Amino acid sequence: MSKGVAVTGMGIISSIGNNIEENYQSLISKKQGISKIKKIQTIHKDVIKVGEINYTNKELITLLELPKTNNYSRTALLGEFAAKEAVKNANITNINKYKTGLISATSVGGMDKTEKYYYSQFEETKNRKYIASHDAGDASKKIAKSLGITDFVSTISTACSSSANAIMLGARMIKAGKIDRVIVGGSDCLSKFTINGFKTLMILSETDCKPFDENRTGLNLGEAAAFLVLESDEVVKKENKKVLAYVSGYANANDAYHQTASSENGEGATLAMQKALRVAKIKPTEIDYVNAHGTATPNNDHSESRAILNVFGAKVPDFSSTKAYTGHTLAAAAAIEAVYSILAIQHKVLFPNLNFETPIADTALVPKTEVTKKEIQHVLSNSFGFGGNCSTLIFSKT
Amino acid sequence: MAQCYINGIGSVSTQDTSNYKAFLKNHQELKENIVHVHKPNYRDYIKPASIRRMANGVKNGVVASAIALKEAAIETPEAIITGTGMGCTIDSGKFLKNIVDNNEQYLTPTAFIQSTHNTVGGQIALGLQCKAYNVTYVHNATSFETALIDALLMINDNQTTILVGGVDEIGDYSVSLHQLVGLVKEQDTMSNGILQSNSKGTIYGEGAQFFALENKKKDTAYAELVDVSIHDSIQDNEVQTRLLTFLKNHELKATDLDLVILGNNGDEEYDKHYNKLQNSIFKDTQQIYYKHLSGEYHTASSFGLWMAAQICKTQKIPEFLKLNTKKVTAIKHLLLYNQYRGENHSFTLLRSC
Repeated sequence: MSKGVAVTGMGIISSIGNNIEENYQSLISKKQGISKIKKIQTIHKDVIKVGEINYTNKELITLLELPKTNNYSRTALLGEFAAKEAVKNANITNINKYKTGLISATSVGGMDKTEKYYYSQFEETKNRKYIASHDAGDASKKIAKSLGITDFVSTISTACSSSANAIMLGARMIKAGKIDRVIVGGSDCLSKFTINGFKTLMILSETDCKPFDENRTGLNLGEAAAFLVLESDEVVKKENKKVLAYVSGYANANDAYHQTASSENGEGATLAMQKALRVAKIKPTEIDYVNAHGTATPNNDHSESRAILNVFGAKVPDFSSTKAYTGHTLAAAAAIEAVYSILAIQHKVLFPNLNFETPIADTALVPKTEVTKKEIQHVLSNSFGFGGNCSTLIFSKT
Repeated sequence: MAQCYINGIGSVSTQDTSNYKAFLKNHQELKENIVHVHKPNYRDYIKPASIRRMANGVKNGVVASAIALKEAAIETPEAIITGTGMGCTIDSGKFLKNIVDNNEQYLTPTAFIQSTHNTVGGQIALGLQCKAYNVTYVHNATSFETALIDALLMINDNQTTILVGGVDEIGDYSVSLHQLVGLVKEQDTMSNGILQSNSKGTIYGEGAQFFALENKKKDTAYAELVDVSIHDSIQDNEVQTRLLTFLKNHELKATDLDLVILGNNGDEEYDKHYNKLQNSIFKDTQQIYYKHLSGEYHTASSFGLWMAAQICKTQKIPEFLKLNTKKVTAIKHLLLYNQYRGENHSFTLLRSC
């Protein structure tokens, strides 16, 4: 087994909590965060359910102590909020004591503001400040500046697997000795753009989503941000850091099947899981828990089930999708599920797959549906996205 | 450290870059403030049904990547790494306009499906049936450079063939917003070329450059990609110190560089970053620029690398790129420096091979 790269801090905001502790409490008390949408005026508000974060932009601006003239998108607000918790959680007081970078992920970027001021910014000057916050890189820049990170800052966008690739790049850079410390994760807010996009694809559920259920009817969108702090062994040693878990395996493969749909046999997902196991130097039987992508779309859950069977055969480990708690938070999904995977290791507990009733007929996989106490050495977490992107991360106990 | 060679290159740009000879002969300094690509014959590379469906950036990326892979005789790379500052801005603009104009009704998924930032990388993988590592970096003017950094990590981690590229396209809506806030030069300031425009803003272009990187040198090799470094929001006075440290890591001094390729884009507010180095540590070094030919876009530096690779291979510096005149006998070490609006600074070091 390879030890991997140390995780020394985490931060999260999602529809089930504004910090690590609140998220954990919701997970173990089966409290889901799916409801009718409140903060976005959309004609679909009565027919869809989403995982919306309670804080308004105004509240987040106050909490982050930003000036009134700021041009933050909601993606940037959520991202900065979670990244600050992660840095605090890692007990970092002097960020530039070591060579530190930031790698964030997003799919919508500043689309929430662009769609809101689509025409009005041509007439009125006051909202033109948001033109500069549209780009995907803008939130990362803002988060980096707020943390004092000046040099290595980058952004990844591979749709719904984005933040898995951010975590992966960060771990690889530390392993290669290119950087001492890196804050990695992702942020995505809800927007009319994504709501309508997924609506036209007819994969939005009108009820609470049911991952891995035969009668699943699609996904609930959600918004979230989460970040991990990764540090080199040298920094861990010098600072006598508490290590929460290790990123021991990672891989990215492409399904090369269709721009948006996953292949019937889950080939890309299979390759990603197998490669990640090789990087971690562990056998499939050593995985104690799989935090599945499990979006609850007919296509994903079937394809992922096939892939899980391809990798694990008759010995499928305990698994669940936490999407029924949070909704599918797109580019942030892998980052929040990385936090959940590490919480599972720390607290020796599996989080249930809510709303599950009937197994998918031809794969017959049954996820964990109750909070289950269990010693966990290795967690495997999947994230897949448009463009055939399939990414797998493995987190291991210290 | 493993060696990383550029064995194949491909470009679709505002110039005729189908091959280097054509470019040297037909190059033209851009005189418009918004310039689209010189269209290649897409049918030579993409099925007609796909041509209709793909937005410009996707098509250009597919063509540029096909040229690069063919030259390096690679069928399927072990990684596809793409940088794009704005992503698929045409299709995302189209879908967004429909949402706003039709109050979220009568929408079709086509534009949404093609709107994600990783569409180019995904479509290249689909075309090649390449199931390997595939990532897209979207960090403004260092999107392409992060892709290069990832590629170097891969080569050092025993991967052998990497396809890496930068691609951006002009989308009408996003350009109209950028014009609104003065990022695009007024047409009438352009007549004497961008460096003499004495105005704010820059000239907008688009394009796609892809590179086949390998750990072994082939007969087609252009140069060795030595290292890349990015600096997001450093102070003006820190640029030089970061650069000297970067060079020092490779046991080089500024005077060891035989050629510097600079990202000057004629924006009088921000070209000072280049001017400062041009007049100090680079004052005795041959300097060239390229954005008067490529236009500015988030991944325009990939055009700079395309240029640099050609120069490295031919050991000849075209006159129309020169910012000064110095005697250069052999071109061994080349450095690209780029920034956009005082942020996203990047250094890329090449060595002839």
